[in-house]
Amino acid sequence: MANWVIRSRTIAHHLNKKMGLLGILNLSSWSSTSNSFHSMPLGDNHGRPHAIFGDSATHFSVRRFESTEAEREFDTNYINQDGGDQALNFPGGKVEFTSDMNFISESADKRVPCYRVLDDDGELMVSKNFVQVSKEVAVKMYSDMVTLQMMDNIFYEAQRQGRISFYLTTLGEEAINIGSAAALSADDLVLPQYREPGALLWRGFTLQEFANQCLGNKEDIGKARQMPIHYASKKHNYFAVSSPIATQLPQAVGAAYSLKMEGKDACVATYIGDGGTSEGDFHAAMNFAAVLEAPVIFICRNNGWAISTPIEEQFRSDGIVVRGRAYGIRSIRVDGSDALAVLSAIRTAREMAISEQRPILVEALAYRVGHHSTSDDSTKYRSVNEIEYWKTARNPVNRFRKWIERNGWWSDKDETEHRSSVKKQLLQAIQIAEKTEKPSIEGLFSDVYDHLPSNLQEQEEQLRETIRRHPRDYPSDVPV
Amino acid sequence: MWGTVRQRLGGYSAYYSLQRIGLGHLLNSSKCYSSEAAAAKKMTVREALNSALDEEMSADPKVFLMGEEVGEYQGAYKISKGLLEKYGPERVCDTPITEAGFTGIGVGAAYYGLKPVVEFMTFNFAMQAMDHIINSAAKTNYMSAGQISVPIVFRGPNGAAAGVGAQHSQCYAAWYGSCPGLKVLAPYSSEDTRGLLKAAIRDPDPVIFLENELLYGESFPVSAEAVDSSFCLPIGKAKIEIEGKDVTITAFSKMVGYALKAAEILAKEGISAEVINLRSIRPLDRATINASVRKTNRLVTVEEGFPQHGVGAEICTSVIEESFEYLDAPVERIAGADVPMPYAANLERMALPQVEDVVRAAKRTCYRSV
Repeated sequence: MANWVIRSRTIAHHLNKKMGLLGILNLSSWSSTSNSFHSMPLGDNHGRPHAIFGDSATHFSVRRFESTEAEREFDTNYINQDGGDQALNFPGGKVEFTSDMNFISESADKRVPCYRVLDDDGELMVSKNFVQVSKEVAVKMYSDMVTLQMMDNIFYEAQRQGRISFYLTTLGEEAINIGSAAALSADDLVLPQYREPGALLWRGFTLQEFANQCLGNKEDIGKARQMPIHYASKKHNYFAVSSPIATQLPQAVGAAYSLKMEGKDACVATYIGDGGTSEGDFHAAMNFAAVLEAPVIFICRNNGWAISTPIEEQFRSDGIVVRGRAYGIRSIRVDGSDALAVLSAIRTAREMAISEQRPILVEALAYRVGHHSTSDDSTKYRSVNEIEYWKTARNPVNRFRKWIERNGWWSDKDETEHRSSVKKQLLQAIQIAEKTEKPSIEGLFSDVYDHLPSNLQEQEEQLRETIRRHPRDYPSDVPV
Repeated sequence: MWGTVRQRLGGYSAYYSLQRIGLGHLLNSSKCYSSEAAAAKKMTVREALNSALDEEMSADPKVFLMGEEVGEYQGAYKISKGLLEKYGPERVCDTPITEAGFTGIGVGAAYYGLKPVVEFMTFNFAMQAMDHIINSAAKTNYMSAGQISVPIVFRGPNGAAAGVGAQHSQCYAAWYGSCPGLKVLAPYSSEDTRGLLKAAIRDPDPVIFLENELLYGESFPVSAEAVDSSFCLPIGKAKIEIEGKDVTITAFSKMVGYALKAAEILAKEGISAEVINLRSIRPLDRATINASVRKTNRLVTVEEGFPQHGVGAEICTSVIEESFEYLDAPVERIAGADVPMPYAANLERMALPQVEDVVRAAKRTCYRSV
């Protein structure tokens, strides 16, 4: 029996060389129907036909010797001369075979752990690779987090009072906002979603400028074209907030490609929420970023909610971090309420993105304390207790405060002074913004194109003429 | 060879002065004395596109091409032949299959200073990218108050081909033409194609460039000027292909050819038609159209797309607004049938305007029996 097997193997090998892969596959399918070698373990069967003396008429027709090129290629790829496990050289890379039928589990045994540097009490833990910050940077980080929080509270109230038409807050996500901004350089491009005004604040956008945008007056650098919180500032490398979800992701990859062509020492940072990763644009952007080797950091703010849709209804994967591997992108999960962890992870991601010219995915977990926006009342779909817990026990601002106070860099006196100064500035900013004139009519027609086209010029003239003729029909407090 | 021909003619400068005093159309007829040399150079629309892309990419390193099959495959319709070899994979990018994705990426690249030319295999597939074209490209300069400009060109075949059915045959001129922030161009001849594509690539605003698959292989004579690498046509100006005095026929893209054929037939019946090649859907050259209608007093608009809210509807209204008293007959609107494009050859023929339809419409405006 054994002799026969060995002989059949060599004959098969010989035949293989003559007939090519097709021949072998044909033969092995015949072997399964042949009645001679039932006792042979099926596992050994890869391409080694047992029945060579099957239907002779049919397989002698398989003696084709013409296409030797393809044959040779198959030979070298298909048969490992060592005779051990075989591997398949498939487009995309070598793949080993296995005789175990293993379905990869839908979830790992353990969820991806979350990197943190400060514990709940603001104590520095023993953590690896965290980025040291100077007193100056730490104090700026803290004070900007407080400013952001206060701005959110006051502008939200202003909306409730009818002074602004719309607002949304970053409550609970201050550490992500400021920590990430502090990790980037001024040359890095930021493509926000809409819950990241902290990045703009860090870069120097003033409270007055925020107020001007929200109130839509003529001092707004955005010429009051956009609804509130849709900030844009080329000077600060902060691209326009755009309402359709996730559109900024492929745009970020395109912009990163542009940076790559320039060879600049900068990267792109783009933000997305947990819900936004369900959009098709997320897939295209991640996939492209990997293929194009674009220097872009995808910062996913997983805050647990997409308006009223909780995580379990949004996706069934272990958050967003595990998707990085699916696209060939390096990824990490961090505690989004820990400003130092966020800063460290993103600073490191930035270095990798630029030096290795690759995309990085950072998932930051931080609960959305506020409602989705002023158009939402989240108590309708989640418990007030849950909100309170995250607002108090897990507050990122308080946690960071404990750390800088422990370092002797901040005191209660600093706190009161800062808070009262910011409050005053904010209230003043709103008052001034309200009193400032609305933009003039010229702002209605400009910037549609690079140059004002003749049809719009005509329309503007017609409009001015109409206003001149019927002044009573035109509001007196709006400049012409 | 071209240079020596120029020298021998000596009338080269005369050729140019004829162009400048607006008698350029005379050069198209073979009777004109220098036109033998001018008409000697012929170019297919495909060559026109390829050469325009090549020249613009060579002149400006920020211009790059992206789309499905544009690189290794030399372009789905071979428009980008040879470009990958010449400029390398960084400037000719084969994209994965996601119109929404690569349009978004192109727009992002344009936000930060590159000048992408995004190719859609057909504009039918661009519907998947509509959000990025309109919300991310068209509106951004306005929404950002001029801070972020989007110098991007979206190009590809538009309208019906032959026997490709409903999802491959729609004309999008009217849809894009209604959107502020976009410029929409529809060339007909090779000269149109070269001049308008170069203008589109150089333009700082987002431009939709509607080509036609059936025109790619068609050959047109091109002037010496058009062959020069600095050649550029103005965006927003229509071209009067033939002058006439009895009826104005407006058309764009492939329908210009039909309008010209119709004009020939009409001439035999004593009707002198003025054919206007729109070239630019947005901005629409209302001035030229109205001036023509004031001269002829009759108007026929021709387009391949669906009739409701079409380009012809806009032209008709523009004429009524500005030249109502000059009209001697109701405006005739020739458009495709109001059905998704059928596949069967006979049905397809009935769903698209034919030369006879244009002739009949022109006759109706002239009160002739049809």
